[in-house]
Formats: sequence, C-alpha cells, structure tokens
Amino acid sequence: MLPRALAVLLLALAVLVAPAGASAATPRASLPDIEDEVMCVECGTALFVSDSPVARQERALIRRLIAQGKTKGQIKDALVAEYGTGVLATPQRSGFDWSAYLVPVLLVVLAVGGVAFAAWRWRRPRDQEPGEPEPEPEQPPLDPEESRRLDAELAAFDK
Amino acid sequence: MRLYWPVVIAATALVGLLAYGVAAKQTDTSIDQAVASGERIDAPEATLPLLDASGKGSLADHRGKVVVLNFWASWCGPCVKELPLLERTQEKIRDQGGMVLGVDYKDVRENAQEFVTRFNLSYPHLRDRDGAYAEKYDSRAFPETFVIDRQGKIAAVRRGPVTREWLDATLPPLLEEKT
Repeated sequence: MLPRALAVLLLALAVLVAPAGASAATPRASLPDIEDEVMCVECGTALFVSDSPVARQERALIRRLIAQGKTKGQIKDALVAEYGTGVLATPQRSGFDWSAYLVPVLLVVLAVGGVAFAAWRWRRPRDQEPGEPEPEPEQPPLDPEESRRLDAELAAFDK
Repeated sequence: MRLYWPVVIAATALVGLLAYGVAAKQTDTSIDQAVASGERIDAPEATLPLLDASGKGSLADHRGKVVVLNFWASWCGPCVKELPLLERTQEKIRDQGGMVLGVDYKDVRENAQEFVTRFNLSYPHLRDRDGAYAEKYDSRAFPETFVIDRQGKIAAVRRGPVTREWLDATLPPLLEEKT
C-alpha cells in the first residue's frame, strides 16, 4: 500500500515540476520583454518608445521570430546579426562604451575614499596651532576618599 | 590641501569625458563644405559584406569608374521610391565607365533583398548593417547619394532623394573625365 502511495505522490510531483522546468530552460519570449532591452537603431531611443519606420521593421522581425518559437536570447542574437551590437540597449564592453561601466565604479571608489578620508580627518586629534596653550594632560580618576571630600566641599559652597 | 589635486584631476577627467561624448555626436559637415567649394576629398572606404551573396566588397573595387554611391534601406520610403531611377541610371552609364553602388543601411537583409528582386536591380549592393560606413559620410537623412569620380574622390553630394535632373547635370561631366 505504501509503495503505491509513494509512486502516486512522485508522479504528481513530476507532473507539477516538469512544466516549470521546461519553461525555465526555454522562457517564452514576448515583444514587451524584448522591446525594452533593444534600441531603435536609427532614433537612438529604446525600441518601446519609438514608432519610426525602422522601429516598426525591428518589431516585425521580433514578432516573426517569436512566432517561429525563438527564445529571447536567440531573438537578440538575430537582431545583432541584422543591425550590429548597437541594437542592444546595454553598452558594449569595448571602446568608449567602457566608460558606462568604469565611470560609476570610479565615482563610487572616489566617494568611498572621500568619506573615509573625511572620517579619518574628523577622528584624528587636531594639530596644535601656533600660540595655542598646551593641552592639559589627562588626570587620573579620583579615589573614593578624594571624591567624598570633593563632594563635601562643593556642598559647603552651595550653603 | 592633500585632497585638492585628486579632486581637480577627477573633475577634469569627468568634464573631458563629457566633452568627448558631446563632440563625438556633433554633425560633421566637412564633406558638404568641400564639395560646395569645388574641392574633392577622398571618399571614405570600408570593406563590407555583399547584400546578395557571401563575400565582401568595397568602393575601392570600382576605382577608375564614376560611382553613384547610394545609401538606402528597405524601411525608408523615399529610398525605395528612387530605386527604379537608380536602376535606369545604372543601365545608362554602365557602358560609359560608370555604375551605381547601393549601400543597404541598418536593414534586415531579407527585406532589402526583396526590393532588389522586386525592382530587378542589376547593380551591386554592400551591407552597412550597423551604419558605421554611412557615419563616415556624415549621413543624417536617408536616402543619401554621393558621386565618386574616377580617382575615388567625392565630386557631388545629394542629401535626400535624387532626381533625374540632378543626375543628368552631375554625371555627364564626370563621365567625360579621364582616369
């Protein structure tokens, strides 16, 4: 009885998991999903905000490839084959486009360095200015007897 | 004080980067100015894939001929409209040492080939898939046509559709020039 129940349970699990696994391996491409990751190659804007003739041609190509069952990656590869890497909305890791990756990193490094430097300056004991009186050396804490006597004398002043 | 120079250097580098980015996007009008003043400058060259066959080609392959270099795309209505006129021009100047050379710009190969077939275009076409070649000609509105003399220099520029009149006025003197 138990092995049979186990087999039914495993079968049910397999039915539930199989479609999820298949869709994870080949996610179904959609026009809105691709449109915001590629450029209108002539207008210099993202495809989803453009309605120029070349943008319409790009959309038609994407729709055709979706109908052929191509994945998002395959469609982007096809777009690059037709229009070059400039069709991708993400900057390329070559030439001047490198600056799109490097500048933010440099700015973060500079900002962190600046904050660290400012914190170090702030925590450091100030350098003595010329003519400034010598700072008093730190006093050892009072022992209980001296503390009691000091309180008594201060109390006498308050009277 | 110690922080001063690193900040100045970083700020200068950032401003320089921005200036380069802006300057790189500026329209260059040197070709138009040169042609307008009667000067002929070297036509930019590049080896590009052929549209209708495997292999590559370039403007330099046709040195010694007067070349009507036409940038077009299947998604560009005015470009498609002038294709029959360019084909008639090809037929007319072919025997006089002239030719039309199409450059298909940022286009789907299949779509472009459809027009080549539809209009029975007999002249060759290169494929400028990312527009880098057109950029060398400061292209900004399609179609654009450049007439290259037998020495490989730009003799005439047409930003916008060509007309029969413009071709008739531009080509005969260049076809008469010797190599």
